[in-house]
Amino acid sequence: MAAEIKIALAGNPNAGKTTLFNALTGARQHVGNYPGVTVEKKEGLYECQGRMVKIVDLPGTYSLTAYSVEEVVARDFLVGERPQVVINIVDAANLERNLYLSTQLFEMGIPTVIALNMMDVAGDRGISIDAKKLSGLLDVPVVPIVARTGQGLDELMRQTVDLALRDRPWQAADISYGADVDQTLLEMVEKIEAADFLTDIYTSRWTAIKLLEVDGQLREKGEAANRPLYEELGRMVERLSAHTFKTLETYPEAIIADYRYGYIKSILMQGVLSHKYDVNRLHTSDKIDRVLTHRFVGPLVMVAVLFALYQFTFGLSTLPMAWVGDFFALLTRGVNQIMAAGPLKSLIVSGIIAGVGGVLGFVPLIMLMFMGLAFLEDSGYLARVAFMLDRIFRVFGLHGNSVMAYIVSGGIAGGCAVPGVMATRTLRSRRERMATLLTAPFMNCGAKLPVMALLIGTFFAKYQAGFMLFLTILSWVVALLVAKFLRLTILKGDSTPFVMEMPPYRFPTFKGLLIHTWEKTWRYIQKAGTVILGISILMWVMMSYPGISKDDAQTIHQQRQEITEGFAPGDSTRQRLLAKLDSQQAELALRDSAAGHIGIFLEKISWLAGFNWRSNIALLGGVAAKEVIVSTLGTAYSMGDKNGVDSASLARTLVASPGWNPMVSISLLIFIMFYSPCFITVVCIAREAGSWRWGLFSIFFNTGFAFGLATLVYQLGLFLGFGG
Amino acid sequence: MPMVMMRNMEKNQTGTIVAVKVGGELGRRIREMGMVPGTVITIQGRAPLNDPVALRVMGGTLTLRNNEADNIEVEVQ
Repeated sequence: MAAEIKIALAGNPNAGKTTLFNALTGARQHVGNYPGVTVEKKEGLYECQGRMVKIVDLPGTYSLTAYSVEEVVARDFLVGERPQVVINIVDAANLERNLYLSTQLFEMGIPTVIALNMMDVAGDRGISIDAKKLSGLLDVPVVPIVARTGQGLDELMRQTVDLALRDRPWQAADISYGADVDQTLLEMVEKIEAADFLTDIYTSRWTAIKLLEVDGQLREKGEAANRPLYEELGRMVERLSAHTFKTLETYPEAIIADYRYGYIKSILMQGVLSHKYDVNRLHTSDKIDRVLTHRFVGPLVMVAVLFALYQFTFGLSTLPMAWVGDFFALLTRGVNQIMAAGPLKSLIVSGIIAGVGGVLGFVPLIMLMFMGLAFLEDSGYLARVAFMLDRIFRVFGLHGNSVMAYIVSGGIAGGCAVPGVMATRTLRSRRERMATLLTAPFMNCGAKLPVMALLIGTFFAKYQAGFMLFLTILSWVVALLVAKFLRLTILKGDSTPFVMEMPPYRFPTFKGLLIHTWEKTWRYIQKAGTVILGISILMWVMMSYPGISKDDAQTIHQQRQEITEGFAPGDSTRQRLLAKLDSQQAELALRDSAAGHIGIFLEKISWLAGFNWRSNIALLGGVAAKEVIVSTLGTAYSMGDKNGVDSASLARTLVASPGWNPMVSISLLIFIMFYSPCFITVVCIAREAGSWRWGLFSIFFNTGFAFGLATLVYQLGLFLGFGG
Repeated sequence: MPMVMMRNMEKNQTGTIVAVKVGGELGRRIREMGMVPGTVITIQGRAPLNDPVALRVMGGTLTLRNNEADNIEVEVQ
């Protein structure tokens, strides 16, 4: 059945918009993006009186200015797609402030139904609202609901569908902004209507109001549509601004906002709203805040909560991640048994299964991270974290909420940048968000730990714990400093205002958490799955082709013959020598592959930081996934093939190898910590930032930065005589 | 009654906003959250590092940084 009616859902953040959307559409949702931006677009279906209603969930906003992406998206959707009705969900316990958005919908003129949500909470707080009276005064239907329990939803949808079927034309509400502004508005409207200026998109009064508010988007559109008239209107705005500044020391924009609130107050005072208790009486939530944001107790609780989130995510995901790993190991074994050795088998095992397994291996981790984060966000605690940490993070051009992304990425060693980058979604301000997601991969994720443990254990066994702690601190320092650097250069700009709402604590709904988690995880699987598979195959090709050279193959072949002829089958020395030969063959095949050639070529530069071609190949492999570094290093030192590396013997080999010393390992450690994020992370960065350019940026900027730092440390170390 | 900038208000002090002396994005954000002349606010507390500040406005809690509160003039009770 096709949708006959299209409606939009608008409201403030924290007004319960998502809860209402989930309650109405249930599992019948589709999540996409608005064209050109990373704001999520959620659509769902609802059946009412035999009619299919398509519901579009607009991003939560406090206003309809053109300042944030969310507001522009919401606005463009309303005027561009013309839904028949917009349901404006307002928080009954916060009516006055929530109606500010409503007044702007009225100004726009779109038919509106007000869903008065959280009537139960309002009741508990001694707030009573006369919905009928409010409806009469605002001249729009007002339906009291409780979105969490579903109370009032049928009535809400009945009224919405009724209004949609009436097919009323858009009509801008006539709110007064004081004599001066009203007079100018009238004159402007006259001119706008006479010239049909943008009237195909906006009601004339809305156009005039937005011009008075110096709205960037409308000015651009206006200038393009009719320049002479736009300039004439501009002069009228300037005249009024000069006048109000002279008489009132303020601008029309501020006057309009003040009058909107005045309009709301005047309506609420006509017996719509009554309080049983003092308005600013402290509620349970505020009492909790006395402890949770307390000067001393607050930070302690916060550390405990962040640690708990970390434990929850990484502790609970270990087992399911092992299951996924086991499953793919089983699959590999199956393929190994069925198929004969050859390029096709190698492609399936090392290219396809390894790639898909790599992506799916993260799924349990991502699900738990989203669930934990959604719990913190929906419960309201995340806003408190931002509140407490903002002072510190602001110094580096970040936001209090950046801490989540850092911690999940490995701020407590062992995290993962993939969910970390996705965790930046809780940041509403673009520049702060970009700086966070570009620096989060600097943290020591779990995949970097094996190679770090190998290097530290090999060269600094005595100071293992201290060294690890030092590297964790180093990752924070570097991430914060680079964030500051980015905010001073390519992400330059004022910090986004922190004017923010601290929502009351709420217990999140289980259904909401599940829907949220599933949605985000599924999008990860879809997007990462396709791209990573391609990249994984590419890496496999690079490390397998053109394959071992004729001369090398000849040598190996000869040696093999010598061994098989020299020892009887079943002789243990024969087995040992053959295994060693296999390793040698793997090493030579790797050296002769495209990746090997690149590694050797890169030696020309990489010697500056002390890396030989073997390290280069391992690092190249590490771009696919950091876990690969140790195994590739093993293959390159012929310490095993793809089936496994004995890290103890690899450590012995490294110590004995010429060209390896503590300074090289420090340089390599630094490089591994900060160079290009793994491909899965790069894909996530590109997706979250909304452009492939940011993904490429993170590859090249991070690698360049890491190489510079590693070189600096290495050369300094040599200069000071630590190279021996 | 004395006029002060919001930054200088003490915890639990109540007052009425007289003027919001900033335009642009910050001014708009402040106003759209209900901090307009005539609104009564109470300082609820400050973050552990003394910044940002939390206030009660119209029965809800808002937060803003001290340097943002510098633009809001309040007549205290």
